[in-house]
Amino acid sequence: MTPQSSLAEALGRPAPPLGGFSLAVVRLEIRRLMRNRRTMVLAIAMPIIFFLAFGRNSAYVHQSAGRGNVTAFEMISIALFGAVFATATGGAMVSIERALGWSRQLRVTPLSPMAYIAIKMLTSLTLAAGAVSAVYLIGAVTNQASMPTYLWVVTGLCVWIGSLLFSALGLFIGYLLPSENVTQIISLVLMLCAFAGGLFIPISHFPGTDATLAKLTPLYGLNELVHYPLVGGQFDWAWVLNLALWLGVFVFGAVWQFRHDTARV
Amino acid sequence: MIAGNSAPDLSVSERASGTMAVQLRGVHKTFGSVKAVRGIDLTMRSGEVVAFLGPNGAGKTSTIDMILGLSQPTKGDVAVYGMAPRRAVTKGLISAVMQTGGLLKDLTVRETIEYTSNLFAVSRPVDEVLERAGITRIANRLVGKCSGGEQQRLRFAMALIPDPELLLLDEPTQGMDVEGRRDFWQAIRDDAALGRTIVFATHYLEEADAYADRIVLISKGRIVADGTATEVKALASGRTIRATLFHADEALLRAMPGVDEVEIRGETIYVHSGDTDAVARRLLSETTAHDIEITSRGLEDAFIALTTNGSDGADSDGKVAQ
Repeated sequence: MTPQSSLAEALGRPAPPLGGFSLAVVRLEIRRLMRNRRTMVLAIAMPIIFFLAFGRNSAYVHQSAGRGNVTAFEMISIALFGAVFATATGGAMVSIERALGWSRQLRVTPLSPMAYIAIKMLTSLTLAAGAVSAVYLIGAVTNQASMPTYLWVVTGLCVWIGSLLFSALGLFIGYLLPSENVTQIISLVLMLCAFAGGLFIPISHFPGTDATLAKLTPLYGLNELVHYPLVGGQFDWAWVLNLALWLGVFVFGAVWQFRHDTARV
Repeated sequence: MIAGNSAPDLSVSERASGTMAVQLRGVHKTFGSVKAVRGIDLTMRSGEVVAFLGPNGAGKTSTIDMILGLSQPTKGDVAVYGMAPRRAVTKGLISAVMQTGGLLKDLTVRETIEYTSNLFAVSRPVDEVLERAGITRIANRLVGKCSGGEQQRLRFAMALIPDPELLLLDEPTQGMDVEGRRDFWQAIRDDAALGRTIVFATHYLEEADAYADRIVLISKGRIVADGTATEVKALASGRTIRATLFHADEALLRAMPGVDEVEIRGETIYVHSGDTDAVARRLLSETTAHDIEITSRGLEDAFIALTTNGSDGADSDGKVAQ
């Protein structure tokens, strides 16, 4: 093999453009993800079931929420849950691949860390897009969620892009518990956060103190923000603060755990 | 026999010809209080098959990691084809077969190769690489369902993707059964025959003996011997000359160069020496000795002798705390 190309020729070989980033690899990562039945069930099937179970409460259909009805409100919440699960799982995969030694293997290829992160983000975003689309599609087909057409697009995009921030949570949990069952742990953590943050039952239905506590949980801020285009009214900077603080906690936690086991890689 | 602080470099053809594949100069690597590598100078030419031989914890993996650019030397410098290791990696000039891990169980064998192949600017065709590593038959199997030996051949295939000039293998056959090990080395041997530079770390003496042109014996973070298998064997234990000699003069034999043991059994003499060639020459020219045979001791003896001596040397030059 080597004699086919002389040493001089080999020395003149180029490094790949974009630090080794390639869409072919993104496609392989997505195929890998789709092969993981548990992840697909949790990211796509479960939100659909939640929507069918909670969101279609007949009372919600006739109740209005800002520019739409409560069913639309619930649809956004549940899509957010699915999307956040998708990106958190994507984040956790990064830490698990590190524990598996795959990241080390990649370090003897031209792939740059930035290109690797970009590949992982695109993969997560693809799954998140699947989660949002699935819930919105069911919402549209059942013909119960109602809001102006542009809000379907705007809220969908907000949920999709906003969910990316939760890849940091997955990264942190993955470093903390680098096991291949991490998706179950993430789904449990997110389920609790989703209930506490008012994704399944609106916080306005919570009793007084519980409502206050709910505002301190990680999904609260993002949940309120993605509903804002629908609900309108007074913008509350506390939502942004909640999101920023929790994002800070996750990033700090991930960096701390990453430093902790650097010797291994 | 061997001074601890200056490792003998026996490689006969140590000439400054062509581009050096690897050059390590005064390389040290420290992890906290652990001195993993304590001053390694080493040059490898293109086309050599070199074994890093040494007991566990000798510093083999640390050295390989620095050649691959996975870690930086605490002191000294490393060049691969005259450039920084990371640059050589991005150009696909060097690749490696890692000890364990480093595979995704939920990809198939072929997908793993495709994945790797897409990361390089220039790569060999996927089918060719599968064929060379002998895993065409299992191309569509999930990696998680492959045996240890099959996974190792997959790692080998991944390393072949960029058609590297230099291939590093860190304990490549660890945990493989005898058959897997034999098949694996067959694939490596076929590949080496085509002129690729290969460096492998092992603590199996027979692997170093059978597959390397050159053995670099590492102990406690230093090179304690460097040469062909035969040279390394001779270094530790010298070689033994057996000859027929009537009326042997023991004093005369003992006075010959490098002789450290003489045994006379009737008409047969046994002379143990670090330079048996010189002794043989004198025996033939100055005495009536005939039927000369020269035998070396096993590499295992050399290994034990040198790795034990190496530690003594390290202690005596005061670089080890205690």
